[in-house]
Amino acid sequence: MSERSDLRLVIVGIIMLSLLVTLLGRLYYLQVMTGDTYRVAAANNTVREIVTPAARGLILDQAGRPLIANRTSLVVTVDRAALQRQPNDGADVLAGLSEALDIPVETIEDRLRNCGTEGAKPPPVCWNGSVYQPVPIAKDVRTRTALTLMEKRREFPGVNAQLEAVRVYPRPFESNAAHILGYLGPVTEEQLDAESDTTSWDRLRRTDVVGRTGLEAYYDDVLRGQPGVTTLAVDTAGRITGTLDERAPTPGSYIVTSIDSRLQAVVERQLVRAVQRAQAQGYPGDSGAAVVVDVRNGHVLAMASYPTYDPDIWVGGVTKEQFDELMQSQSLASNAFQGLYAPGSTYKVISAAAAGKEGFSLSGAYDCPRRLRLGTQVFRNFESAGYGSISLSRALEVSCNTVFYGIADRMWERAGGDRASREAADPIAETALMFGLGARTGVDLPGEAAGRIASRDFKRANWESKRDTWCRNAVEGYPKTRKKDPQLADYFTALDKENCADGFRWREGDAINASIGQGDTGVTPLQMAMAYAAIANGGTVYQPQVAKAVVSPTGEVIKDFAPVVKSKVDVPRSTMRFLQNALPGVTTDGSGRQPFAGFPLDQIGVASKTGSAQVTGDKPPISWFASYAPAKDPKYAVVMMVTQGGTGSKTSGPSVRKIYEALFGVSGQQVRPERSVLVGATPRKQLPVIRPDGTPVFPRGRYSGVSE
Amino acid sequence: MSSFSRTFSADLRTRPRSSDRQRGLRYWRDMDWILLVAAFGLVIFGSILVWSASRADMASPDDPQSFLKRHLIGVAIALPLGFLASRVDYRWLRAYTPIIYVVSVLALLLTFVPGIGKTIAGARAWIELPLGQTLQPSEFTKIALILMMAVLLSEKRDVESEPRDRDVILSLIVAGIPLAIIFLQNDTGTALVVPAIVIAVIAVSGARTRWVIGLIAGGILLILVAIQLGLLREYQVARLTSFINPGEDAATAGYNANQARIAIGGGGWSGYGLFQGPQTQGNFVPVNESDFVFTVAGEEFGFIGSAILILLLGVVLWRGVMIGLRADDMYGRLVATGVVTWFAIQMFENIGMTLGIMPITGIPLPFVSSGGTAMMASWIGIGLLENVRLHSRGLPT
Repeated sequence: MSERSDLRLVIVGIIMLSLLVTLLGRLYYLQVMTGDTYRVAAANNTVREIVTPAARGLILDQAGRPLIANRTSLVVTVDRAALQRQPNDGADVLAGLSEALDIPVETIEDRLRNCGTEGAKPPPVCWNGSVYQPVPIAKDVRTRTALTLMEKRREFPGVNAQLEAVRVYPRPFESNAAHILGYLGPVTEEQLDAESDTTSWDRLRRTDVVGRTGLEAYYDDVLRGQPGVTTLAVDTAGRITGTLDERAPTPGSYIVTSIDSRLQAVVERQLVRAVQRAQAQGYPGDSGAAVVVDVRNGHVLAMASYPTYDPDIWVGGVTKEQFDELMQSQSLASNAFQGLYAPGSTYKVISAAAAGKEGFSLSGAYDCPRRLRLGTQVFRNFESAGYGSISLSRALEVSCNTVFYGIADRMWERAGGDRASREAADPIAETALMFGLGARTGVDLPGEAAGRIASRDFKRANWESKRDTWCRNAVEGYPKTRKKDPQLADYFTALDKENCADGFRWREGDAINASIGQGDTGVTPLQMAMAYAAIANGGTVYQPQVAKAVVSPTGEVIKDFAPVVKSKVDVPRSTMRFLQNALPGVTTDGSGRQPFAGFPLDQIGVASKTGSAQVTGDKPPISWFASYAPAKDPKYAVVMMVTQGGTGSKTSGPSVRKIYEALFGVSGQQVRPERSVLVGATPRKQLPVIRPDGTPVFPRGRYSGVSE
Repeated sequence: MSSFSRTFSADLRTRPRSSDRQRGLRYWRDMDWILLVAAFGLVIFGSILVWSASRADMASPDDPQSFLKRHLIGVAIALPLGFLASRVDYRWLRAYTPIIYVVSVLALLLTFVPGIGKTIAGARAWIELPLGQTLQPSEFTKIALILMMAVLLSEKRDVESEPRDRDVILSLIVAGIPLAIIFLQNDTGTALVVPAIVIAVIAVSGARTRWVIGLIAGGILLILVAIQLGLLREYQVARLTSFINPGEDAATAGYNANQARIAIGGGGWSGYGLFQGPQTQGNFVPVNESDFVFTVAGEEFGFIGSAILILLLGVVLWRGVMIGLRADDMYGRLVATGVVTWFAIQMFENIGMTLGIMPITGIPLPFVSSGGTAMMASWIGIGLLENVRLHSRGLPT
């Protein structure tokens, strides 16, 4: 044979050798150099999770009564993987199911579609869980129906009936507490994104419901517990090839609150009464709030907001119409800690404390004229009453504006008047901040409003943020308005010119307005309650707390929340004592006398201050009634507020009295502690007992509040 | 005369004619045992892989070993066929080659007869047999073609040093007929192997260099033109090109390539262990008992195991080339060249596609993949190699 043939066969051999080397090289690269990435890809390919949600923890009131509980609901689920293995993708199964459950087939089919796929209806109709997760298609199925389905397993492959926990609101004593408790909603995209880099088994999943507001949101991770997760290895057909990991669900812990549902019910009822009283006087009385706190530790015993909503509406998903209605009624936010209101005369305790701190005489005489003329402006007393020369204590009792105008005016002049430096003292605003007004209280509820205190600083900050607009308007001169009303445009332009030039200046009028809680000042009723509690307890501003403890479903105390001192009020002791001595006089001889007529004040002194805060324009004033009691040995601070509600004493006062009657067990002139709405006539110290089966022990009979 | 044949022919002349009994003994003694052991090793390795791949298979829910059993039956039929191919008389083989060729082409055509032909994975390359068995005639066509070309290109070997152009053209026609049928069957895999065999056999036959260069260039041109003119159907192009970027379309064309790479890549150095590969046991890699059988080796036995598999194949190729080099006559050499090229190209294409360096085509891995016809053809190939060796009175090994 030719040498050419030999050579060519050798070349063929060499080509084969190079092919072998190529394969080995590529193999080495794939397996040894980049193998890890493929291992991860393989793991993602084959793992499937079956998630059993944990029972969500209960929320209890201080006596152990459930404010939020769970009820079991029979849920029928459909496993789509099993369905797809049936002829016609399980059309027969669905038809049978539709008949058994009395639901149209289309509804079931809509439910089985994954959200975002073609033809899927928007949530909550479509399924936004995992492809592998059985889809719940009917809730609250009757036991007999479920049993029938389970007996005919052969006819209903992939169909399952199981018990699922659903939130219920036992509403002891018909209390509502919607704004404290909050509601649940599907987990949001942001929450999922925030956890997107964790692969931990107890991470949030798309099917999870989480607390969206109130305690449900604030203590969500405590209440939620840890889901049971079974991790399975599956093949392409979805058949299980092995169990990789199995974890039983850990039920969520309970939150024990300091709320007393019986007191809460009284407060809610009394808030509605106050609103009705306002409306009876011809005022709109469109919203209101009431807060009861324990002045000794900052526990929130009751907190109500008007208008409110039915928390049941959120269970099982809210429809678009229902949501729009809720938004319309403005009942979703709590006025008690999310709304800001001018405090009016209830703020005078702050001005008085500032006066004491600044060395003004607390026992001296002050002039209380009908009106005070300062420059070109005239500042009047409420209903233009004059009391002549009176003590500061009396000025609080009768709520004399002009006395505080005078004090504020002197403070303003001392600070340098119109030429005051940026750092000049602003004693009233500083005192307000010390009492916790104009800042978040730190209550354990989400979405709290911060508030603001009219002050030299606030005015400058406000000017800095609005200056550009003001100055631009001053130059442009409101061309649009000018076409219709040149005079109005001139007025606006002049105003903005002035604001642009020195809108930062803390003027005499600003200082005077601020002293009686008018102007830019806005506080929440909860802040006001904490400030009055601080007066009651001698100067400690507590951080209000709704939750007292976290308890496991077996009754073990996991966390006991100790009272948190937010700040100490830095005013002389004498000043604090002055306020403590003066405020009971408001109830006995001042603006708070009327609503407390006939109340056994000799046994239970009530320290109070009324407020009728003027808001812009001709709107009726905000009716405030801030108080604490007993005056001698203070326990509770009660604050109520009704917007566009009239005077503090006429609208809110009578309701606050009723709340005290309920707290102390007052009937007529008698104080009968056994008739107090609180068990043992005092906020409970011990935590409620939880039975081994997870049900809380709470008072029976008259004190139960829950229909048995 | 080449240096190899010169040395051996001297030895041949001095050797006395032996008795039948001695011939039988010599058969076993002169057999290429290394080749045989390597091929057997591949079969054992392959059987384990097929077992692992199919035990969790959906096709056999009742008997997890049913696939393995079928595979072993295929081996049991293939081994005697290989033995027969090694014992058959050379002259007889040469004489009957044209008949074998014609029969194999007719068998190919049978796949187009309705009721007999069967389409699997887009290729109409199977004949249905009774008892649910199938036969892929193109596997035998490869052998028939190798034998036919060897006859045509070695005819005039004694006087001329190279085949005449007429012989080359004739052998191209002989190759073109089955190739055209295979193309019509959509059996892209076999259609890639046949031209490689043709080119290698013509080259080794000593044909003029311009034939070799021309054929290689022509082959490349044909592929380009086929793609350009849309002669290849869209899915064929998609399947052929998806290996370049398998991630791009993970759900369709690139799915196989992607899953195969995940399986092999995940194997790492030493693999997950037998029956432990998540991709294999989860049936994520399609047809991993036949065309994608290498992924099982990659995933469960890692780099070490799959490199051993490649090296075993390398041993088969090395022995095959050596048999070709030591062949006494051009006929034997061309048969060896054809068989060894067939094995090599199928090995490279099959393993290459699982590694993402070759297009995805339906082609089995010789000796390893499940598939009765391929197993029979492979062992006939081994038989032919041994036959050529036994006819070469050269040195053992």
